[in-house]
Amino acid sequence: MLDVGRHPNIELLAYSEVEKVEGQAGNFNVTVRRKARYVEEDRCTGCGACAEKCPTVVPDAFNEGLGERRAIYAYFAQGIPSTHTIDADHCRQLNGKKCGICAKTCQAEAINFEQKDRFLELNVGAIIIAAGYDVFDPSPIPEYRYQEIANVVTAIEFERLLSASGPTGGHMDRPSDRAVEAEITVLEKKAKKSQKTLDKFEEKFGEPSAEFYEKFQAGQYKDDEDRQKWADKYTSHLADTEPLEVLKNKAEGFSVAKRLAFIQCVGSRDFRFYPFCSGYCCMHSIKEAMIAHEHEPETTSSIFGMDIRAVGKGFEEYKIRGGNNSNITYVRGRVAEITEGPNNNPIITYEDTRERKVKSQEFDMVVLATACAPIKGIAELAKTVGVELDKYNFVKTSSLSPVDTTTPGIFVCGCAESPMDVPESVAQASSAAERAAEIAFQPGNEKEKAVA
Amino acid sequence: MPEKNDDIRIGVFVCDCGSNIAGYLDTQELADYAETLPHVAFVQRNLYTCSEGGINEIKKGIQEQNLNRVVVASCTPRTHEPLFRSSCGEVGLNPYLFEMVNIRDQCSWVHMKEKEVGTTKAKDLIRMGVAKAALLEPQEPITSEVQIRALVIGGGIAGMTTALAFANRGYEVVLVEREKILGGMLNSLNKLGPTMMEASALAEDKIQAVTDQSNITVFTKARVTEVRGFIGKYKVDIETESGIKKIDIGVIVVATGARSFVPEGLYGYDGKRVITQLEMEKLLKEGLEPGVKNVVMIQCVGSRNEERPYCSRICCQTAVKNAMLIREQNPNAKVSVLYRDMQMYGVENEEMFRDSKAKGVRYINYEPANPPEVESDNVRVHHALLGRDMHLPADLVVLSTPMISHEDAEITSRLLRVPIDENGFFMEGHVKLKPLDFATAGIFLCGSARFPANIREAVAQGLGAASRASIPLTKGSVVVEPIISVLADEDACRGCGLCVALCPYGALEIQNTEKGRKVHVIDVACKGCGVCAATCYQHALSINSFTDEQIEAQLEAFLGG
Repeated sequence: MLDVGRHPNIELLAYSEVEKVEGQAGNFNVTVRRKARYVEEDRCTGCGACAEKCPTVVPDAFNEGLGERRAIYAYFAQGIPSTHTIDADHCRQLNGKKCGICAKTCQAEAINFEQKDRFLELNVGAIIIAAGYDVFDPSPIPEYRYQEIANVVTAIEFERLLSASGPTGGHMDRPSDRAVEAEITVLEKKAKKSQKTLDKFEEKFGEPSAEFYEKFQAGQYKDDEDRQKWADKYTSHLADTEPLEVLKNKAEGFSVAKRLAFIQCVGSRDFRFYPFCSGYCCMHSIKEAMIAHEHEPETTSSIFGMDIRAVGKGFEEYKIRGGNNSNITYVRGRVAEITEGPNNNPIITYEDTRERKVKSQEFDMVVLATACAPIKGIAELAKTVGVELDKYNFVKTSSLSPVDTTTPGIFVCGCAESPMDVPESVAQASSAAERAAEIAFQPGNEKEKAVA
Repeated sequence: MPEKNDDIRIGVFVCDCGSNIAGYLDTQELADYAETLPHVAFVQRNLYTCSEGGINEIKKGIQEQNLNRVVVASCTPRTHEPLFRSSCGEVGLNPYLFEMVNIRDQCSWVHMKEKEVGTTKAKDLIRMGVAKAALLEPQEPITSEVQIRALVIGGGIAGMTTALAFANRGYEVVLVEREKILGGMLNSLNKLGPTMMEASALAEDKIQAVTDQSNITVFTKARVTEVRGFIGKYKVDIETESGIKKIDIGVIVVATGARSFVPEGLYGYDGKRVITQLEMEKLLKEGLEPGVKNVVMIQCVGSRNEERPYCSRICCQTAVKNAMLIREQNPNAKVSVLYRDMQMYGVENEEMFRDSKAKGVRYINYEPANPPEVESDNVRVHHALLGRDMHLPADLVVLSTPMISHEDAEITSRLLRVPIDENGFFMEGHVKLKPLDFATAGIFLCGSARFPANIREAVAQGLGAASRASIPLTKGSVVVEPIISVLADEDACRGCGLCVALCPYGALEIQNTEKGRKVHVIDVACKGCGVCAATCYQHALSINSFTDEQIEAQLEAFLGG
């Protein structure tokens, strides 16, 4: 990213979309919509002072909604460009409320609430589509109960939980436990506030709330309006503090997830969703299990899959190392169902195909290795740019021209073409650059390259 | 020392980075402190040193205060050093008289709640930076011309694709093939999955295209025997049928492919009834005898074991493809594939796998602990899912053996001074980020020389390698940061060659000079990693801008503070 941001020959148009493409190989006219950030890119230094002061808290999409960000934000810490962006859906100022705190905070005077979408016309020789993929949403799989069971997460959510810069600082705190802790924080805040009011009453009337309340209930102080308010406050205070104690007791028993299950082919190799193999998920699960074990040496992981496809350079060796050194067990079988047991522990029911037995096993957390889905909006993009898609909505290519789309001068690489891992994507990116350069750098045809 | 100590005028610029640094460190205190340091002639505190205003302050300081060294205490050199360096250069100060101190990542970020110790640490770092800056010497970037000609070693599908890509860009290419004809492994294949295109048709097309390209010089039945030089300036000897050719080359692509493992002694391999998938290709090409009724394929023969732990990636797809083709030629033939994991990754492969099941190919899972046995007229397999032994009649047994490295991979590795891995495949510069580059500048790789690849992957990598290798050809020269190794003390060097053996970039060589054997640094190949200087027990080698004196001065400044 850094190299892209710094390269003198690359003009980075982040937060932008291709609106229109005309022309042919060697001479495309492209209209790009530069979406309003409400922050001047050439002024913003990415210092983040605005985000510190912004009062509006929004679920953080980068952290899969597991953490929080502000209405003015950088998508993630090391993002390039580091320019911040105002989320127009949530910003108070842009929604007609009084605020503007970021503008007051920004010493670089980069905030511009008046900014509008801008359009940019480019003339380019070749176009490369590197639009990536979407993580398959496992909600439609009824038997895995992704929405219902808190401790069933997707591989990418688990990635954020493992990340030192993620919402849990890299600790494998379970979502159900985090929900309880969040509730405790809310109740504590409420209780603290109501305690303050009670303190005032206690000072005014010179007795502890509990003693007063006993008398009040016994029928004293009828028609005393002030004391009625005190009693009401005390009742609501109790309504907060009693469950708070229960939750606190519960939270004392919490520990990080140590028994992990990984379920392969969630949405892949599944006729209901995507029949293809997503290629990278086996290795991704092994990697996540190994890192989880590095974090917490007591962690054990079971990886449930039909075939463990460790086909890249060094992958099979990595898989074996995971089994030998990281407490990973590879179980051959497709998981039939996940249910919720005591302590919010997911229970997996599966057929161990080696032992030919249906088994159930309890885990602390279950990770779904979700399919590589074609990216949302690819159909529109393909139409705009003028390329064909295959039956799954990946950009169509052929075996012998693996980065050429159906339109000359337009190329594709990475998971927009088909599911692939990082080394494959990097290699394919170079291939696409080669094909683009063959067109763009013909003698006398010095056109810049646009990446859509 | 080029300048006497009295002449050194250091300017220190302390950056607030908005609140990123100033929020957690006392930057005014840092600025005041910097003024007290030796040779410091000018100090300024900036809100954002990297902003236009901040940069102008540095330039003004150099011009108005006659500064001849600049220290910026701010963020990381990874992002901002090039900017500050070039700013110095813009007003005539040699860019290498600049030193950066990272008080953000190393102080304000990691000591957010400890203002006092964070500030003290920042003082230490600034003092060390200033001490080093005083000893900095001007450097000039190293530029070297590039011979606009590529050498591609290997004329298989990957090598031909690379050569054609170079030629399409207008570059001259020399393509060296060890066999009599181009085509490599393609020449031994029947049809290509999943399209079932004839391999010979693809080979003919590509060979024709290569032959038609006037930019490509092909040497068949030839081999590279000597490679001297470095990126942009290789002198290559090629042994051809008409004698040795000596050619100047700019960049090199290794596309030497791999070969199929011959399973001597495994599963009764005899090349007749028990054959390899490669031999199966030949049978299918010639047309299967109608008598072939029962075929059993065994996967992972000679791979995923202790001797060869890797999965060879493409054998499952080959087996599935051939299983379907057998059924096509002899529709009544029973074909069973005995497998451990079916490695049908991706969209096309999985589709072909499903297709084969629909066409009646049978798949039976076995465990490596209880492998199949080839008997006189059948194959015994312990069906791992049914939990019982089965005897499958077999008049043809096909063993899926891995791709292994070529016998001459080691020779190529030595010639080019590039590494091979424990499985004999060439080792790329970075497994994820540089899959088609070697660590050594100017040499690239693609296809099965790197790791077993199918046609689609070999083509993609062939194009990719050409793209990577075209960069120096397009630029016409290589410009290298001068922060590299230099033979600072020639007399001390004994020519032992320890550094040569350890250099990961092939940037050192021993030369015979008047003073005897001495190491020579190929400056454009050196990345300045410092392994050689750290290894040299004679302290003969030194790294520009990281000399022993400079580092010692930093240490002294730290300890003396």
